[in-house]
Amino acid sequence: MTRPDPVQTATTERLTALSLPADQAAWANAGRAGALARLRAAGLPDRRDEYWKFTRPETLVQPLPPTAAVFDDSDESPLFGAVDRLRIVFVDGVFDPAASDDLSAEGLTIERLEDVARTDIHWARNLYGTLEQAGQTPVPRPLASLNTAFATDGVVIRVTGQVSRPVNLIYLHGSESSDATLHNLVRLEEGARLTLLENGPAAARFNQCTEVDIAKGAAFDHVRAQGRDHERRAVTHMFARLGANAAFRSFTLTVNGALTRNETVLSLTGDDALAHVAGAALGDGGFHHDDTVFVTHDAVNCESRQVFKKVLRHGATGVFQGKILVRPGAQKTDGYQISQSLLLDDDSRFLAKPELEIYADDVACSHGSTTGAIDEDALFYLCSRGVPRADAQDLLIMAFLGEAIEEIADEGLRDDLAERLRAWLLRRRDG
Amino acid sequence: MLDIKNLHVRLEDGDKPILKGVNLSVNAGEVHAIMGPNGSGKSTASYVLSGRDGYTVTEGSVTLGGENLLEMEPDERAAAGVFLAFQYPVEIPGVGNMTFLRTALNAQRRARGQDAVSAADFLRLMRDKAKMLEVGPDMLKRPVNVGFSGGEKKRNEILQMAILEPKLCILDETDSGLDVDAMKLVANGVNALRDAGRAFLVITHYQRLLNHIKPDVVHIMADGRIIRTGGPELALEVEHNGYGGLLTEDAG
Ligand SMILES: Nc1ncnc2c1ncn2[C@@H]1O[C@H](COP(=O)(O)OP(=O)(O)O)[C@@H](O)[C@H]1O
Ligand SMILES: [Mg+2]
Repeated sequence: MTRPDPVQTATTERLTALSLPADQAAWANAGRAGALARLRAAGLPDRRDEYWKFTRPETLVQPLPPTAAVFDDSDESPLFGAVDRLRIVFVDGVFDPAASDDLSAEGLTIERLEDVARTDIHWARNLYGTLEQAGQTPVPRPLASLNTAFATDGVVIRVTGQVSRPVNLIYLHGSESSDATLHNLVRLEEGARLTLLENGPAAARFNQCTEVDIAKGAAFDHVRAQGRDHERRAVTHMFARLGANAAFRSFTLTVNGALTRNETVLSLTGDDALAHVAGAALGDGGFHHDDTVFVTHDAVNCESRQVFKKVLRHGATGVFQGKILVRPGAQKTDGYQISQSLLLDDDSRFLAKPELEIYADDVACSHGSTTGAIDEDALFYLCSRGVPRADAQDLLIMAFLGEAIEEIADEGLRDDLAERLRAWLLRRRDG
Repeated sequence: MLDIKNLHVRLEDGDKPILKGVNLSVNAGEVHAIMGPNGSGKSTASYVLSGRDGYTVTEGSVTLGGENLLEMEPDERAAAGVFLAFQYPVEIPGVGNMTFLRTALNAQRRARGQDAVSAADFLRLMRDKAKMLEVGPDMLKRPVNVGFSGGEKKRNEILQMAILEPKLCILDETDSGLDVDAMKLVANGVNALRDAGRAFLVITHYQRLLNHIKPDVVHIMADGRIIRTGGPELALEVEHNGYGGLLTEDAG
């Protein structure tokens, strides 16, 4: 073949611009090399890839990110500001020790990937790239492999106790051409608990990969808000493995951003585990938001729940690709999946591909996907009771988002995020 | 209080005329009943008064206390005192009944330049009114009308009316789908609101509700017009003879 394969060309171009981190421990080198090999084999995503049918990957793939103006969000109080939390700050993907709290805390150890990857003997060797690699079948996720190969930093957390004070990763965006690649590892030992909060746009372009290993009886709660910068781009992967009786609960709020692809890959490997993943996304104009979820049931009596809601206006695009795979023997599986969009005008669109694949006979799985406009009858009913039209519309939008927001277990966090959603809607009143 | 003059209305899409010259005046303190066969335009009249989209007024006027209702948005009409108890109350998943009512009450108060009612005061108000209509706490907590039976929906409408204390109460077939006990509850709720400063338009297909809510004036509507107006005896006439006689009278 003389004509160059465009996928190979794009992959080579991107790789040429990158170099593997130096001075790594042998296990880290091996992990990165393995990821690089996976990446080379799969090639970076191309718009002809079935898995990227609804989202164009070019700007996530190209060597340099499109510039993204830094957004001034000082009109709102800092996110999670009311919560007593341990803050870890990255600016454009670079750890900022001065802005971060002391990393030592009871019931958990927090280290930086940059340090850990240079340490020969470390528990992280068994996790780094492991869940990412497992998550490559049946569908390749080459941008996650890219991350494992080249991630410069991130946090490495091992939780042994029932930690009540959340860890908050704050991703600040400082330069309009920044390109950040962070890889986080979280290992919850038996019976441990942790709440991880994440917020901020991180960079002009952000490639984030988080691997979470949840041992028997442990619980991981995750609440994330992706930053209000209009031009930022992000591809995130959350890989989680759940042991028996383990719990995983994740909620993501996304407003604004030019392009967001959030992939969540969950594997229920122990009996009686529970995994909930939810998201609320609101956007207008060039906003493109993609939630791609893959839940594998590989144990008995597990529950999984996917709840994704999108409010789109002025030409925004929402994407949902969600799959529940029930492996042979995963009896008594309770799987639920709902993806819904509310289109506030005719210019916006929602593309959904919900899938169930079931190889066990004693399971209860349901899924649904809807696209709709504001219910005019409900709107009139509210107005006829004296509620001004704009308020009534916001009330209905918040009601629509309700099922997703309800997935945030902590009431304070739930109210805080709901308030920010209302503020977003209020700011949209003028145009 | 309410003056409807020569009101002509057609659907916004298409030219189908529905109201063809309605004249109606209701004074404060009065209860007027509008009866008529299905499809005569009763619900349309109630929607046009409360400002629903989809209708075009081609002729005539509607004023409330001298103010032109037709120029106001639905929420402005509500603040001015219009309330419609819907024939088919709308279910609104995700919006709690209490939240909804408090939002509505305070929106109306704000529009009238009054202070908001505090959460505690609202709760007290709600409890008193709910008791009278036998609306239980679980109905108040549930999303608006979601999972309510037909009767519960209608009681919820009257509860809203009792809390919002409108000047003009329009009841569109509030009796439909109610058993006798529920109808008595609803009628008691309405009668408790009867007041020298308040007017009622009670739309009904059957005479039966009017045994409990005694009207001062009864109008018969047919094919978009009011064809007869009389006292309570007119309702009894309909009860005994049906609409047939009245309609042929009109045609002849
Ligand atoms: N939105 C609409 N679309 C089509 N026809 C309508 C609509 N609203 C009312 N109509 C028609 O107008 C007439 C009056 O209806 P309505 O006001 O509901 O009567 P009533 O309440 O007296 O039964 C009927 O012929 C009905 O079919
Ligand atoms: Mg009707």
